Amino acid sequence: MTFNSPFMRRYMRNKGAVAGMVVLLLVAFIAVFGPWIATNDPWGMVQQPFLRPWTEPGFAMGTDTLGRDILSGVIYGARISLLIGLVSTVVALLIGVTLGAIAGYFGGWIDAALMRFTEIFQAVPSFALAIVLVAIFQPSVGSIVAAIAIVSWPPVARLVRSEFLTLRQRDFVQAALLAGQSTPRIILTQILPNAMSPIIVMASLMIATAILLESSLSFLGLGDPNQMSWGYMVGSARTVLRQAWWMALFPGLAIVLTVLALNLVGEGLNDGLNQRLDGRTK
Amino acid sequence: MSVTAMKPVQPVLDIVELSICLPTGADRALAVEGASLSVLPGQTLCVVGESGSGKSMIANSVMGLLPLPHVRPVGGKILFEGIDLLTLTEPQMRELRGRRIGMVFQEPMTALNPVMRIGEQIGEVFDAHMNVPADEKRKRILAALADVGLPEPELLIDAYPFRLSGGQRQRVMIACALILEPVLLICDEPTTALDVTTQAQILKLVRELQKRRGTAVLFITHDFGVVSEIADQVVVMQTGKVVEAGPARDVLQAPQHPYTRKLIDAIPTGTATRGPSTSDAPYVLQVQDLCKTYRSGNGLFKRGRSVQAAKDINFDLRRGETLGVVGESGSGKSSVGRCLVGLAPFDSGRILFNGRNLSQGGNFRAAAEGKIQMVFQDPYASLNPRHRVGAAIAGGPIAQGVSKSEAMARTMALLKLVGLGADAADRYPHEFSGGQRQRIGIARALAMQPSLLVADEPVSALDVSVQAQVLELFAQVREEFQLAMVFITHDLRVAGQMCDHIAVMQRGVVVEYGETAKVLGDPQHEYTRKLIDAVPRLSSPDEAPALAA
Amino acid sequence: MKRTQFMVKRVLQGLIAILLIATVNFMLVRAAPGDPVSVMAGEAGASDAQFVAQLRAQFGLDQPITTQLATYLGKVVQLDLGFSYRQQQPVLQLILDRLPATLLLTGSAFVLSLIFGITLGALSARKAGTWVDSAISLVALVFYATPLYWLALMAVLVFTVQLNWLPGFGFSTVGSGATGLALAWDIAQHLVLPVLTLALFYMAVYARMTRAAMLEVAQMDFVKTARAKGVKPGRILRAHVLRNALLPVVTLAGIQAGGLIGGAVLTETVFAWPGLGRLMFDALLQRDYSLLLGTFLVTAAMAVLFNLITDLVYTLVDPRIEL
Repeated sequence: MTFNSPFMRRYMRNKGAVAGMVVLLLVAFIAVFGPWIATNDPWGMVQQPFLRPWTEPGFAMGTDTLGRDILSGVIYGARISLLIGLVSTVVALLIGVTLGAIAGYFGGWIDAALMRFTEIFQAVPSFALAIVLVAIFQPSVGSIVAAIAIVSWPPVARLVRSEFLTLRQRDFVQAALLAGQSTPRIILTQILPNAMSPIIVMASLMIATAILLESSLSFLGLGDPNQMSWGYMVGSARTVLRQAWWMALFPGLAIVLTVLALNLVGEGLNDGLNQRLDGRTK
Repeated sequence: MSVTAMKPVQPVLDIVELSICLPTGADRALAVEGASLSVLPGQTLCVVGESGSGKSMIANSVMGLLPLPHVRPVGGKILFEGIDLLTLTEPQMRELRGRRIGMVFQEPMTALNPVMRIGEQIGEVFDAHMNVPADEKRKRILAALADVGLPEPELLIDAYPFRLSGGQRQRVMIACALILEPVLLICDEPTTALDVTTQAQILKLVRELQKRRGTAVLFITHDFGVVSEIADQVVVMQTGKVVEAGPARDVLQAPQHPYTRKLIDAIPTGTATRGPSTSDAPYVLQVQDLCKTYRSGNGLFKRGRSVQAAKDINFDLRRGETLGVVGESGSGKSSVGRCLVGLAPFDSGRILFNGRNLSQGGNFRAAAEGKIQMVFQDPYASLNPRHRVGAAIAGGPIAQGVSKSEAMARTMALLKLVGLGADAADRYPHEFSGGQRQRIGIARALAMQPSLLVADEPVSALDVSVQAQVLELFAQVREEFQLAMVFITHDLRVAGQMCDHIAVMQRGVVVEYGETAKVLGDPQHEYTRKLIDAVPRLSSPDEAPALAA
Repeated sequence: MKRTQFMVKRVLQGLIAILLIATVNFMLVRAAPGDPVSVMAGEAGASDAQFVAQLRAQFGLDQPITTQLATYLGKVVQLDLGFSYRQQQPVLQLILDRLPATLLLTGSAFVLSLIFGITLGALSARKAGTWVDSAISLVALVFYATPLYWLALMAVLVFTVQLNWLPGFGFSTVGSGATGLALAWDIAQHLVLPVLTLALFYMAVYARMTRAAMLEVAQMDFVKTARAKGVKPGRILRAHVLRNALLPVVTLAGIQAGGLIGGAVLTETVFAWPGLGRLMFDALLQRDYSLLLGTFLVTAAMAVLFNLITDLVYTLVDPRIEL
């Protein structure tokens, strides 16, 4: 994808999306190079507790109840949030795209059965289910990723299903059937490439939702106990809000900025990918 | 019209040198360039052109419904009863819309608000312009519904649009447009999306209403047959410019401009061009008692509806011959087509291909070994947008086990045959026009070296001039490969030109079947006669019907 | 008549869904690491051997799994959701005590977010391209990206701690002894912040959806027909555009209902609102799994109910639904 392709030009037209992309790249950079940027170990008690921000050099965001550096915490938090966001989204996509494709392509009772199955998942409040799952299987990065993936796959399955249902009836798929192409080949080479655009847009929004979910779980104390995540930091601020409001502010802002950036990028992707590929003029 | 020394009648609508621009990046700068026309009271003026000619733009600009700000009038005047509409403000235009000028659009299925009752949608026209007491309004709405020929106005007035067919919805639109008795009615291709018989009814309705009320009518269409049925004056447009104008009879019988001549010549005459078949070539296709029923809505706890799309269909086809399956929407012709190629299972009956009985269900296509192929209707949906043309054509043979080099060689040869260069193979479908895409579709079907080719309305979505070229290609290909063809169409004229035999279908049943000349010249069944009569004829009504041997 | 048939069918479907969710509960407990009984006993397992023995007998782990499931489901149907050791009360009782508070919170948030979300979205669509549109869209985007619990904390920080305008904790002022109208006013004051924080996120969701739907509907043919009839712009916006744009928004509201109820957990935790969400949080802290699963089941039932209501509203709004 060159920088001058029609997709990039359409994307660049959306100023918000460009800003979002910049922020996202920054967050990614921090996530990858975090340990080298941060001056302190986020778990290390390096200063007096409840240090206000901007009062000591090197502690721009102050310290928390135990004297830990909040800035370092925020930097390390980027790693875990992005990691969990990405991995859980990939897993949810794998499940959702597969089930949606099968339901949409084969139709009939397979579709009906899979849709009933999906509906059960959608009937349950997803956050509550995630809580229960993580609680029962004990909090860890693995269980959190699994829980988020399990509550996130239904919407993508529905999307893929509806795309496949429509595309299945398109004449070019009928022509491929007449040519004797095998079912897996048709699904992968004929239909899926045409369904990719809405899936990609949805994926970016799913990463955002996953980050929000993970942080909410950590806030409630269900985060991986070995990880300093943004949600955990806000959670530990809850009882000492009056004394140290900065403990909640900075990690929360980090979440807002990252999720906002992802949403903007999603909108940009939508603009960029949403072209009429049939070349129909009006 | 005798020319007497009368005071010249002022035209209701007088468009003078109108130009409309398009947004930057469109294929030309002006959608309409310097167009002029005038409509006298009580007269019908038809604006004829192909897609992209700008004819709809003119209609929309009179009503002030252009998609501003990028598409807007940039020159000229639109004089309505002497006032230049382009100088009026939006509230002033609103006053005129519905009251002095009425408009009917092309697509009836989406033209009505799906969640508002019919009565309310007609009543809106009153509310927008005047204060009429409720019972008086209801009376007038009922009268309007009856006026346009709709049954049971009492029930219809409270119904929602989804209960009505396309033709019925179009009548509702006409009722809305005419209820306040405007002096000008603009019709933007109102019958293009309708069946031939429904089209005939709507045209008749418009003519009647016009005669009764003396409305001036500006009728946009692409079909010269329609022009000959209703027009007093004709204006022909090509890429935004008016190329010919004059009284309908003159333009139709003695067209001056080469483009007009080309358009009129391209219309299939409907005369049977294929002589009676004398061949004793082997039978490629024999269909016996074919039945197909669609069952829908079968849930776990309720019975679904079943529609019998095809019942006891019988016909034969020899090598080198073409069978036309003609019918309107809902006749079952497409279902039969899909059964013939194996894209839809049939419920009972037999299909014999080259003497072999092809079983129903999934094995049909495997048994046919790709020798039955299809050309589809919509050129914009029949090619995978993400695959290059060469890959699309070669994909079929490759899937059948042909080597890649052989498949590519076939692809190149076919592209040349259908009139596209070898470099087309590396390009994507969106780079081609509709007509070109249909050619690619034909090449794709031919790559499989089929014995039987089923064409499902292959030219219905194309402009008339392009249509003629593609039909010519079909004829050429048929000769070259001695193909047996099944040609599915709703247009009797096309069937007459292309086919040896015609089977006329109505509601799933073949009502008439025989040699083309006989079916068109001496139709036995009442429905066939109705279909033939409904086809808009090029000649005026007092001349002999054109659909004869 | 047909509508009641439809509702009966949907209610039955809902009940089946709830039973299925209960089955999932059942399976989860058995899938968890460790012996199901010790999972359910939670922290009591270490201290009270008699309680554990009781549980073991109740569970009947020696029976075939289908019998266990049947017993469990039977109990659920009779509304026996187990016993909370920590709180020394039947789970059902605890839930019923807290249910009204949660219904009040989520119900108000649901209605508020819909009304304001649709209004703002419609305004945004009407003034598309102007600063009003940009402002509303930006604000919506920001709230859409804000975690509920953080918004709640910031609200408490600003409005309670700094400005002292509104109470930030609890259901009503403790020990005030107010009754009747005064009590209602007190509760209302305590309700403001929780409802607002819960509603703001969903307001953003509905505003964005309404705007997108209205812009899409405005392009449709029947709107052009209405213009061609000379109908005034105000009426076109209301009766044609908005009326049709509402359909996808109502559908979305049904889908989001589950999210709203889940969000109540976070809101109630921060504001110490005595509802089911808070109960769930307490159960988490105390590792009281029978309470946790019980509340989960009830929140799922609530989501099913909300879905039912939105389905009914949808049938009222879309006349094409053949009933």
